[in-house]
Order: sequence, then structure tokens, then C-alpha cells
Amino acid sequence: MTKAADETAHASPKGPDVTSTETKTSEHSGGARKLSSREGAAGDKVFSGTALSAGILILVVLVAVAAFLVLQAFPAFVAPQSQIADGKGFWAYIVPLIVGTVIAAVISLVVATPISLGVALFISHYAPRRLAQILGYIIDLLAAIPSVIFGAWGISFLAPALVPGYAWLASSLGWIPIFGGPASATGKTLLTVSIVLAVMVIPIITSVCREIFLQTPKLHEEAALALGATRWEMIRMAVLPFARPGIISAVMLGLGRALGETMAVALVLSSGPLIASLIQSGNQTIAADIALNFPEASGLSLNQLIAAGLVLFVFTLAVNIVARWIISRHKEFSGAN
Amino acid sequence: MTAIATPRRRTSLTRNRLPRIAPWASLVVGLVVGAAVSTLVGFNVFGWGVFAAIAFTIVYVAWSAAVEGGRKARDKFATCLVIGSFIIVVLPLFSVIWTVLEGGIKGLLTPGFLGTSMNGVSGIQDNQSVNTGSRVVGGIYHALIGTLLITLWSTIISVPVGLLTSIYLVEYSRGGRLGQAITLFVDVMTGIPSIVAGLFAAALFATIFGPGTQTGFVAAVALTVLMIPVVVRSSEEMLRIVPNELREAAYALGVRKWRTILKVVVPTAISGIASGVTLAIARVIGETAPILLTAGFATKINLNVFSNWMASLPTYIYFQILNPTSPSNPDPSLQRAWGAALVLIIFVMILNLIARLVARIFAPKTGR
Amino acid sequence: MSKRIDVKDLNVYYGNFRAVEGVSINIEARSVTAFIGPSGCGKSTFLRTLNRMHEVIPGAHVEGHVLLDGDDLYGPGVDPVAVRTHVGMVFQRPNPFPTMSIRDNVLAGVKLNGKKLSRSDTDGVVESSLRGANLWNEVKDRLDKPGSGLSGGQQQRLCIARAIAVKPDVILMDEPCSALDPISTLAVEDLINELKEQYTVVIVTHNMQQAARVSDKTAFFNIAGTGKPGKLIEYADTTAIFNNPKEKATEDYVSGRFG
Repeated sequence: MTKAADETAHASPKGPDVTSTETKTSEHSGGARKLSSREGAAGDKVFSGTALSAGILILVVLVAVAAFLVLQAFPAFVAPQSQIADGKGFWAYIVPLIVGTVIAAVISLVVATPISLGVALFISHYAPRRLAQILGYIIDLLAAIPSVIFGAWGISFLAPALVPGYAWLASSLGWIPIFGGPASATGKTLLTVSIVLAVMVIPIITSVCREIFLQTPKLHEEAALALGATRWEMIRMAVLPFARPGIISAVMLGLGRALGETMAVALVLSSGPLIASLIQSGNQTIAADIALNFPEASGLSLNQLIAAGLVLFVFTLAVNIVARWIISRHKEFSGAN
Repeated sequence: MTAIATPRRRTSLTRNRLPRIAPWASLVVGLVVGAAVSTLVGFNVFGWGVFAAIAFTIVYVAWSAAVEGGRKARDKFATCLVIGSFIIVVLPLFSVIWTVLEGGIKGLLTPGFLGTSMNGVSGIQDNQSVNTGSRVVGGIYHALIGTLLITLWSTIISVPVGLLTSIYLVEYSRGGRLGQAITLFVDVMTGIPSIVAGLFAAALFATIFGPGTQTGFVAAVALTVLMIPVVVRSSEEMLRIVPNELREAAYALGVRKWRTILKVVVPTAISGIASGVTLAIARVIGETAPILLTAGFATKINLNVFSNWMASLPTYIYFQILNPTSPSNPDPSLQRAWGAALVLIIFVMILNLIARLVARIFAPKTGR
Repeated sequence: MSKRIDVKDLNVYYGNFRAVEGVSINIEARSVTAFIGPSGCGKSTFLRTLNRMHEVIPGAHVEGHVLLDGDDLYGPGVDPVAVRTHVGMVFQRPNPFPTMSIRDNVLAGVKLNGKKLSRSDTDGVVESSLRGANLWNEVKDRLDKPGSGLSGGQQQRLCIARAIAVKPDVILMDEPCSALDPISTLAVEDLINELKEQYTVVIVTHNMQQAARVSDKTAFFNIAGTGKPGKLIEYADTTAIFNNPKEKATEDYVSGRFG
């Protein structure tokens, strides 16, 4: 009996290891079939084979993504470092980009996470039901707005609007390095980028969190209320602990999006070398650097960009893994049982 | 305070309650204080709103803390924060939509905007239209065609692969090793940054067909990488909620498994699957970075995805803003960019709407 | 501690729909009162109005008065949160907080009041509450394990311990044994008998034997038909309800002729 046929017993929702009894059932029904006809038996094989190969294709694609990236990035790592990035070498090229990417992503999440949690709570536990439904729908729509549009909004509306604010920051808080002046006169700075990214990821985090908040068991909410909890205490006792793994994965989803976001950064940022001040032109992110330089790149500089893409890929992968690890660590006290 | 407001008996139940008008009174105080503070630093409506909100929160929470105690004050503070964050979020998001509408309607209503391409449009025409005030020429026809073709091809590839994979996961693998591996890989794929997907497609075709292979199909492959995990996830979820009784009923009638899946399981879940696919399309239709790396930059209509460069709406917007057709007079380019942005947003909204309607109207009568 | 409840002409609405009509009932302190009746007759709805838990459902409101030792729970300026610290509740399905340990579950309500309790004080509260719920001996060695790891009956007694830890005047129980096996049910019933020494207990049950076993007085609720409001048909000593009910409907119900 082939593996595919072995797995042809009827699907049960859970429990991987019920095969022994189910195999017997399938053999039995197969035997009964044989009495009348074998019609359709080949169809079973073909269909399960097709489904299986589709699954395997996905594995192949992902391996191919990694393989081609590594293959094409390889020359950038082994070539004499004097030939890369105007003689600075690959690591001198990539490290500032990594730092810029991380700064923008972290600031955007620091801004977006509390606001998103607030909005999600507003929709799930504060707003009247009608309003909440409409808001939920609007948030879902906003999550679907393409990033290039957020970028266009950032460059044409937000950046000029923030210029006076930056001037004020530079004059009154300029002694803090991140607000060091002179402030950009166009507003096309890393801080603007971070705010645009925050606006982009807020709908994403909000819509995931809202779903999870709404799934909080009524039982636990009522238990908290029956003990004389206020609404906020009920949220802290019942809703947030239940939703914690979901919140973490929502934030990680937002982080992944912010790390890999290309267009909003490429459009808004007036890029340059790594600097401490967030309100001057300068800094750059990996994704935006690839997008800006790819059309003209060839030869070794192309390999260099693909290597940068590989670094970004590894980075987002690491974020993913850390998120899973955090969630699995809280298993014992999760609401799973 | 309560005792004065309501001359009723004080009991342990009515002790320490703020009067009904407390929020409104605090709001008035907040607005006045906010106006005063914002006048000090230079009055504008935005500043007034911010200071008023802060003053309201302080007054209301402090009042509550004095009368009702810490627990109630914390509850009220949390309420203020939650509502405040909602207001904070509404402002930029409506600003985005407003900006697109404001900039886009003019571009969209320009005659020929939807029906012409950028072929032959150069800085000369744009300068002319700025100087003489004649209408802006050039449109998005080629980008529209490109977006539709590229999205169509990636849908043609992703949907069968994604659907079959989810069928494998739900109906055949049942938590086996391979199934777990696929689920993990799909998760990883969900997290691939879109530009990396573009790099992959570019690298793949460069390796096979030589460097510089940039066509609509390469872009479709890049989008496929982004689309498959979304399709697998949503279809898997929908297939899992098909009640097991339906499958068992079919098996009991002696129906073969593959027929059961095709005739019973998939049709039951079809509305959810269709709505998931629509949402996946909505997600990739606005992707810019992968197309930027894979389809090149075209100004002409190209109906063949297998050869030559191809334009798309997102990259059209990007190039019109970043490299205006006439660098000295960027306004016509901006007008076209906003027009294209409006069209793109309308596309996304319609797709979302369709997804919701499909999910609601064709929802299976069985199940939940 | 224990207080009496007097309800006068209470109507309960969900939006425009009247779910319960014209209930007047006097519940003595330190007694067990059972509410019985067919499904959907409004007995659970009525129970939840006694600590304003029905307000969790949007659109639910009441007319009438519920007096707790003379204080109207629905009077002007009354805080539902304060009401619930006086009137505790145990639900149909055991619902310990899954993210908290057994110990933290018991202390969940106590901690809300924000008083800084010393470790020995909290230990005292945990032990006395768990002893009060007949659970101490079973869990004293694993107070830091999650409450969701206990059996159903233990979880329900943990919920009772959590409710009595805040020292309420009244404990409401909404079909507390319907999700439990017979042995756990027995343990909870024994506990109810002990609780009435200190608390006013009101219990909703589908199980008439249970009502007969645990309660001093019994109230029978009924409903004329779907879409009609539930009403209190008869309220008397439990023995009277089961042995010589005054109303025909009560007799039909307790003798098993319908419901």
C-alpha cells in the first residue's frame, strides 16, 4: 500500500495517529467496491497525487527562493571586498542599512502597537455594536490599501505637514542626538517614514487583535464582572491574558511588514548615510535601497543587492521564529484547554 | 458630591459616585483649558484638539480619583486612552483617503485618462499643458492592462496550487510529517517581504533565460509567491469547518474519496474559498516592489506577458511621483499619479466588497 | 454578612422584548432558594438581574425594584460594579481564568480592591476560601498550577472559592452542576448546604431532585408560550412545592408531566 493510499482513510479533524483502524476501514470498503466495479479507483490515486504534488511544489518554491537568493548573492560575499560598494566592502554597505531598517521598524511599532490595541479594544469592547461593525469593516479596508498609496500620501501630505514640528524639535530638544538639527526643510526623514509605516501597520495589527479580542470566552468576561471588576479590570483579567499570544503574533506580523516595506520608504525618504538624527535627511533601509538601485544594477552590484535581499529575508525569518518561540513558551497558561 | 446631587439615602451601593454630568463638565473645562494653552503657543485647531483632549483626561480622571477612588479612576483613564487612540487613528487614515480623493478625482475625470497610454507623452507635452493650461495628456490604459494581466496570471497559477495544497493538508495529510512541513513553510512564505519575492523571481529568470529578463510573467511569478500562502491559509480554514458528517455521509453511500472532495467538501466551502481568493487578489493587486524588479518600466501598451516590459498601476504611480515625466513641471505627473491611485483604491475596495458579498450570500446553509 | 433580597414587580427586557414579567419575591437571609422551571422560562435571566449581570447583554434593562436589605440595586447612582461585589455569582460552566494559577484564581476578586495584603494575609484568604469550598485538601499541594488543570467539579468549586473570597452577602448559582458528573454534583450540593450557614444562596437548576435536596424554598417559573414573557407561578417552602403545590402548572411540572 502506498503512502498516499494509506492516507486515504476519511479525514478526521484531529489526531494524526488513528491510521491503524482507519486503514482497515478503507481496505474493507475497497474490498466491497471490488465486488461491483473498480470504477473511480484510479481517480482517487490521480487526485491525491495531484494534491500531494501541489503541496510539494510549495516546499520546492520556498527552497528555490532560498537557493536562488543564495546562489545569486554568493558572488557578493566571495568577491574581493574592494570591488563592492565603492570599495567599502559588503558589510560596510549592509550594516547601516540594517540599522536604518530596524530603527524605522521599531519606532513604527512603538507608535502603532498601543494605538492598535486601543482601537481594537474600542471596537471589541467599548463601541456600540452597530458602530463597531462599521469600524471593523473600515479597518479591514484600510489594511488592504496598497503601500504605494501610503507612500504617496507620506511624501505629498505628511512630510510637509511635519516640517514645523521638526523645526520645533530641533530647536528645543536638539541636545538629544536623535533630534539633532538642522531639521530637514522637506520633512523627508526617517521619522516621517516611521510614522507612515505606523499608519500602515495600525490597520493590520488592529484587525488581527480585534478578531482575537472578540473571541475571548464570554464565560471568563462574565466571571470577572461577577467578581465586581470594572470594565478595564475585566479586560486585564480576562481579555488580555487570553489574547496575549494573538497580540504577539499580530505585532510580529506588523514588524515583518514594517521591516520589508519598500515603497513607502523609497518614496518618502531622502536617503543618505547612517546618521543619529531622525529629523534630518539621511539613513536608508534595505528594501528601499534595493528598489532604488535595482533598475540600474548589473554584474556584481546586482549580486550585492540580492545579497541585501537575502539578509532581509533572514531577518524577517528570525523575527518569525522568535515570535513562535515566545508564543510556545506561554503554552501552559494559555487558554488552549 | 453624590449626596448633594441626589438627595436620596446614602447606601453602600451609591457611595462615591460621580454625578451624571461629570464627563460633560470635564469636557467643557478641557475645551476651555485647551483653547487657553493652544493660544499661548500659537493657536490652531489641531493644537486645540490635542490640548483639550489632554486637559479633559486629566480633569475627568483626577475628579474620579478624588470622588470614586483609584479603581474607578483607572477604569476611566483606560476608557479615555481607548477612545483617544481611536481618534488618533481616524485622523491619518481619513487624511490618506481624502488626499487620494482630492488629488485623484481631477486626474480620473480628465478625458482619455483611462483610455490612453503614456506612449509618446514626454516632458514637452506636460510643459505645454502647464504653460497653456490645456488638458493633461497621457493615461493609465497600459498600466491598467498590465495590472490586470499580471494579476490574472498569478491568480491562474496560485489558485490551483493553493487550493490543492489546502485539500492535501485537510483531507489527506491529517497532521502527518509532510503536512506539518508544508504548514510551516506556508507560514514562512507569509512572512517573505514582497521585495524579496521580486528578487527571487528576477534571480530565477535571470539564471534560466539570462540577465535582464523582465516581463509581465516574471512579475506574475513574483506575485504568486506572495499569493499562494494567503490562498492556502484561507482555503484550509474554510475546508476545516466543513462538518465531518457530510464526508461520512458521502462515504457511507460508497462515493470515492476524490469525488466526495470535489462534489461535497469543496462545494460546501466554495463561498469561503472564493472570498479568500478575492482577498488574496486584492492584496497582490497593489504590490509595487516585486513588479518594479521584474516587469521593468513601460510606457506602451503590451498585451503579451511573455515578452517585453510591462507597466502596472502601482509602479505607474511610483514612477510618476519619483521621476515626473517633466522634471521641471511635475504637476501633470502628480495628477496622473493620484488618478491612478484612486483607480487602484477603487479596485481594492470593490474586491473587498465582492469578497464580503460572496461570503455572505453564498454562505453554506449547513454548518454553523 | 448575609442579606435578604426583596424583589418588587420586576420586569426584564431585552430591547423591546419582555423576557420576564411582574416578579415579586422575598428571599430570606441564610437560606437556599431554588428556581425551577422549563427551559426558556426566564429563571436564569431573572437570576442575573439580581446582580445586574444581565446588563452585559446590550439592550437589556429592567423595570421595578430589587432591594438588598432595603437598598435598591436599581436606584439612581447605584454602581453595578459595587453591586457585584455584594452579590457573587457562579456560572453554569466552570470558568476559572485559564492564565492564572489556582491561588491567583482565588485571589482574583480580592486583588481588585487594591488593598496591599501581606503574603500571610493572602495565604489566609486562599486557605479559608478553598476550605470554604471544600477544595483545600485536594489542591493545597499545587496552588501554583493552572486552574484549568483541575477536573470539572474541582473547577466549579474553585469558582465558588473565588466567589466567597470577596466575602459577598449573596451567592447566585446558575445551574452550577449541569456540566458536572454525579460525584462532583454531590460534592457541590454538600457545599451549598454548608454555604447557607453564612450566605444567602440562590440557585437555578433544571434538576428537580437537586432542588428538593438542597433548597429551603423553591420558586417555580413558567412561560405561556414562545415569545411570551416568563412569570413566577408559585413560591413556597420546597416541601410544599413538591408535595402539595397550589397551582396546577406547578404540579404538572414537578410530577414530570411536562418540561
